[in-house]
Amino acid sequence: MHRFAKPSVFLKFTAPILPWLSALTVILIAAGLYFSLIGSPVDYQQGHTVRIMYIHVPAAWMGLFCYVGMAICGAMSLIWKHPLADICARATAPVGATFTALCLITGSLWGEPMWGTWWVWDARLTSMLILLFLYLGYMALVNAFDDPERGSKAGSALALVGAVNVPIVKFSVDWWNTLHQPASIVRMDGPAVDPSMQLPLALMILGFTCYYFVVLILRVRLELNERRIRALHLSGMFEDPETPTSAKEQAYEAGHNAGAKQ
Amino acid sequence: MSLSRAKIRKRQRMYVIVAILLAVGSAAALMLTAFEDSVVFFFSPTEIAEKSPIDPDQRLRIGGLVVEGSVAKQDDGQTIAFVVTDMAESVPVSYRGILPDLFREGQGVVAEGHMNSDGTFVASEVLAKHDENYMPPEVAESLKKSGYWEEIEAKNAEQMRN
Repeated sequence: MHRFAKPSVFLKFTAPILPWLSALTVILIAAGLYFSLIGSPVDYQQGHTVRIMYIHVPAAWMGLFCYVGMAICGAMSLIWKHPLADICARATAPVGATFTALCLITGSLWGEPMWGTWWVWDARLTSMLILLFLYLGYMALVNAFDDPERGSKAGSALALVGAVNVPIVKFSVDWWNTLHQPASIVRMDGPAVDPSMQLPLALMILGFTCYYFVVLILRVRLELNERRIRALHLSGMFEDPETPTSAKEQAYEAGHNAGAKQ
Repeated sequence: MSLSRAKIRKRQRMYVIVAILLAVGSAAALMLTAFEDSVVFFFSPTEIAEKSPIDPDQRLRIGGLVVEGSVAKQDDGQTIAFVVTDMAESVPVSYRGILPDLFREGQGVVAEGHMNSDGTFVASEVLAKHDENYMPPEVAESLKKSGYWEEIEAKNAEQMRN
């Protein structure tokens, strides 16, 4: 596994995947939006307002999914000190925070016409707000240290401890009574959403998930390339145009991995 | 030798992380259990009955299904009276104000206010609580015809009791 987690291997493997994944994201979200807005029926009591669900539920799913990913990367970075895990965690945080915020905003816009309120402090809404604060806290913490490695350590610890909140978000509607309704999709008796509404929901969830991976790959590549440029600057490679590319890469790898070795 | 020592250190770090996660998890579980009364958003009519008599100065929320046929406008033309139930206990509610669009008989509501000395809940705010079922109108119609609807309503009342 560690063999595949090398930065150079990551760059090599993701290069051909990226255009396909981007195309898949565009197709899934385009089809998802068509079925969300036009090709699906209205709800028997909510009417057209139910269409907010096709953004709200996938955004909530991404908020939790990204957090679990971030916490796992944080654990890997703490245990194995792997630089790529740390880069992935840092790259995931703003994406997850955006999806969580999107979930809270769409939920508020949905709550006003249906429940009669923009916001209540029930267990589901409050735990989701805490999830957003955990993301923001992580982002502030990892950048608060002059030494990036100390920032990563503190951030990874926060991400791991905050993972306790993930099951609380998911099961808050079962453990306590809330204004938010119980789970509609992942539940014991199978989905409580009519099959005609499941298609746009599934397309949007898949589309959002693919979007996350596209952004993750782009952000990790950006960070790796930035580090590569920094390493080249430090090693003075730019001053010597005669050096062959393979030697440059070797120098980069050596410089890059020096900090990761135990 | 040095490799195995590095491996041991990694394993130790893993154990420490697992131990910390377990500790934080159980601390959170204990805290949330201890503060359960503040974490729940509303009380069901059954819980209200258990807690009664409730101090009229205490603000609280009550949640349940609106009993079919219980909604009535009072003589002043502004106060609305209805009964909230969880199929085990019922509490009469009076409310002056605008009701949410989803407020209807047989549907869930959460009302905030205080308990009157005569056992009526005087609400200052009424919110609609809909269930987790989403379906087109035709499906809802056929479910009502097939008699499956009562089952859903009974389940919703069950959930209100929590």
